[in-house]
Amino acid sequence: MTRFFGTIVILGLTAIPAAAQDTKKEIQKYQQMIAEGSPVELFELEGETLWKKPQGPHNVSLEKCDLGQGAGVLKGAYARLPRYFKDADRVMDLETRLLHCMTTLQGRSRDEATKRVFGNENQPSEMEYLSAYIAGQSRGVKLAAGHTHPKEKAAYELGKALFFHRAGGWDMSCASCHGEDNKRIRMQELPVLHKPQAARPIMATWPAYRVSNSQFKTMQWRINDCYRQMRYPEPKFASEATIALITYLTVTAAGEPYRGPGTKR
Amino acid sequence: MRTLLFSAVLLSGIACAQSPVDVQKVLQRDFQARGQATMERVVQDGLQRVCTDTHDRPPSELARQLEADQMKTIDFPQGSLIGDWKRGERIAQGGRGLTWNDKPGAGEGSCYNCHQLAPQEMSHGTIGPTLLRFGWMRGNGPEMQRYVYGKIYNAKAYNLCSQMPRLGYSGTLTSEQIKDLVGLLLDPESPVNKQ
Repeated sequence: MTRFFGTIVILGLTAIPAAAQDTKKEIQKYQQMIAEGSPVELFELEGETLWKKPQGPHNVSLEKCDLGQGAGVLKGAYARLPRYFKDADRVMDLETRLLHCMTTLQGRSRDEATKRVFGNENQPSEMEYLSAYIAGQSRGVKLAAGHTHPKEKAAYELGKALFFHRAGGWDMSCASCHGEDNKRIRMQELPVLHKPQAARPIMATWPAYRVSNSQFKTMQWRINDCYRQMRYPEPKFASEATIALITYLTVTAAGEPYRGPGTKR
Repeated sequence: MRTLLFSAVLLSGIACAQSPVDVQKVLQRDFQARGQATMERVVQDGLQRVCTDTHDRPPSELARQLEADQMKTIDFPQGSLIGDWKRGERIAQGGRGLTWNDKPGAGEGSCYNCHQLAPQEMSHGTIGPTLLRFGWMRGNGPEMQRYVYGKIYNAKAYNLCSQMPRLGYSGTLTSEQIKDLVGLLLDPESPVNKQ
């Protein structure tokens, strides 16, 4: 494993200066190289262990958790999230639904279950491991987030409005960075996420392992860290706003076969 | 007075035409203060609202009015505005400031995130225009110094719905830091203008 990382670092160093010559091609080559040494599978395996591990006051596992396709059905479940759940009467993304199962099935308190939703390089979070495992069970399944129930439609509309809403310390909306074609921050290309052709490959590869900081990152984290960089206050974990944005982005990416968890720079 | 009334009518017209979702109320419910990132930041000011509601294409008369308001926020220092380009380069490279995990106080410019400046720095963004040889092409007289200082202090005074942050107005950069950035752009010795 250590040797894998060594290779990644060396490849990374040689790939970056060359990127100046033919940026796009080199970046693509680099992305392909990092994907080959990715530890995503290890996260999936640990996630499976946690899924099956009895926890909480009820001392039960999450194996009876209904992610939308029936209790315990994992195949294709992630590709159909976010969606409306009748038992909770709200739209939920993967992490929100997992939190729901932790509090209902396992009897854990919301405070305890959300104490550490985002991990670091030394200690990934339970949510991160579980997200890796569950998302991996949707490989090859086309993205089809809910967009028929009135609450799903409302989530999509709210997400779209949030995407273009300018506020915060630097007057930004999501579209400030993700609204125009062929833009970069430093060397990082910015997908125009309100367009299906750009949203598709992105949403089909989150959650993802990030080589630059050796961490596995979830979609709730992605939204959280964008708002941090936009100089906003912090979005609450599993809040309606975060779920609405994830719904908007996933519906925009509909039809793309899921091929994550991805490996990113 | 008539122009004031005119812009008030335009503003309310736009407010009525927007989507039925009150995004600001959602943000107030679903976001929380953290570090220096307080909840006041989700309350839109006039230009944030107009730019949101018009998808960054405000009616020109209203844009002129609001740009003039923004111009009044800029406190131009006396004398030369050309600071130390070497310090300016460090400020342009850095990306800290104003986020919930930054220390409160002076930040950095994040300039290279969006702009090309010195040719030696190849890792630059493209959201903003290239500023390579900016002073070499435009000169560095008092008017140009004033323009660059003002644009960095409050970009919205020049282009209401610009994506560039109001770096002085927002408290991200101090007046001294902005002068150093003016130096980076306008000093003939700055790498931005060499060769």
